[in-house]
Amino acid sequence: MTFRLRDLLALEPLTADELTFLLDQSQPFQTIQRNPLKKLATLRGKTVALAFFENSTRTRISFGTAASRLGADTMNLQAEASSLKKGESLLDTVQTLNAMKPDCLVMRHASSGAADFVARHLDIPVINAGDGTHEHPSQGLLDALTIRDRLGKIDNLNVTILGDLQHSRVARSNIHLLGKFGCRFTLCGPAMWVPKELEKIGAPGVSIRRVFKLEEALEDADVVLVLRVQTERMHEPSISNEDYVLGYQLNAERLRRAKPNALVLHPGPMNRGSEITPEVADGPQSCVLEQVTNGIAVRMALLYLLISGGPEDVPSEPQAAPKEEPQPQRNRRSTDKKDLSHASD
Amino acid sequence: MRIVEKAQLMSASEIDRTLRRLAHQIVEKSGGTKHLALIGIRRRGVPLAQRIAQAMRGIDGVDVPVGTLDITLYRDDLSKVATHAVLQSSDISFGVDQMDLVLVDDVLYTGRTIRAAMNGLFDLGRPQRVSLCVLIDRGHREMPIEAQFVGRTVQTSDSEIIEVRLREIDDEERVVLVDRQEP
Repeated sequence: MTFRLRDLLALEPLTADELTFLLDQSQPFQTIQRNPLKKLATLRGKTVALAFFENSTRTRISFGTAASRLGADTMNLQAEASSLKKGESLLDTVQTLNAMKPDCLVMRHASSGAADFVARHLDIPVINAGDGTHEHPSQGLLDALTIRDRLGKIDNLNVTILGDLQHSRVARSNIHLLGKFGCRFTLCGPAMWVPKELEKIGAPGVSIRRVFKLEEALEDADVVLVLRVQTERMHEPSISNEDYVLGYQLNAERLRRAKPNALVLHPGPMNRGSEITPEVADGPQSCVLEQVTNGIAVRMALLYLLISGGPEDVPSEPQAAPKEEPQPQRNRRSTDKKDLSHASD
Repeated sequence: MRIVEKAQLMSASEIDRTLRRLAHQIVEKSGGTKHLALIGIRRRGVPLAQRIAQAMRGIDGVDVPVGTLDITLYRDDLSKVATHAVLQSSDISFGVDQMDLVLVDDVLYTGRTIRAAMNGLFDLGRPQRVSLCVLIDRGHREMPIEAQFVGRTVQTSDSEIIEVRLREIDDEERVVLVDRQEP
């Protein structure tokens, strides 16, 4: 199958077939990572704007590397150096960037819905590289690709997600993706980080349960997704690092409760000795470095699909829907304009 | 626009005989099969390369490695194609350094596909020699590219299309010349 993807703002609205297509299209780029010469000229002459309004090292480098391996150039905007500090609004900043005529905008922002808000105002494809506690779609895709590579499938798995679920956009993107393939989720962490509302974030029929005892949460798990302890968010009400280690650190002994070949994923950056022990992080079940490698492949696929399939590239054939025609994403944008306006400040 | 079949250029048995002849020619010209490898260009170059390798097994008794190459990412008309072209993985499991590579495709036309394929190959290393084998050469080159091993040369007009149909992909086995006619 093939489908027209205009932006990638979230995984929630995508169907299982569309998600499978995106994973399949990432595979050729995995092959290219193993070439002695990894650089293509496919997007030569195209420019990718990377606008990170929130700190990020690995995601920014990963998107930047993906762009350059496709032959595209990048323009970089980092929050510290930008005029945001001088009081410019989000919309003014991205419109200024857009006036420099990039072919795609990759953005991260601390406000949920920020990428969606920006996408409604720009005519170039927008990729959400993390917005607040909403979604981090490319991370969800690279996690799924890593699981599919190791286990041969992503259907009907028991997935245990461990840590600060409430603030985790990575957890949400994973649930929205894997939930469409019949995976069952067990959320585990200190009670204030695993609120009851999370049981309802999946599509109807997706099984999500909360378990507060780690040993119990790991029983029968095929995949354990360990989230970072976000020390910057460790204010009241919180838990001390010592207590967290005692109750929730993933160590080798606890991991034995999961299935024998259960995978351990971590979106990084890892706090060794905090949420995960070095023994587990470096052990045979850990996929941490594959996740990083696969991240580039997934992001190359996204940039390729979004930039090469842009509406302005389409000849005026009947199968090419003009930009103004109502498409699902377009519809959504014009209907919920108001509730995201806060993202502009 | 109507697509009209004008002529059959090759039957199944003619395709088979041609491929066996091409296998002989490649082995002869390469002076053996020691460093030889075939690279099928997706899609129809792939079964053709596999069949040529099969025929070589009968000649020299050796297995010539066969790789497959998807050239989508190396195309020069990305901004002109309608929508996302579906990508396939290239699969070349042997090192290409010092190898004597033969690219295999069904039809040689403008030469742009072969230009793209060579770019793809050179990302993998530095082959000793690259040659080209096609089932049909229909002319109309836009690049300085020629095939060393040709099944058949066919004179065509611009509006004509050569369709190579192979049982692995198309459920039938023949080569036909079709024409686009304005209604």
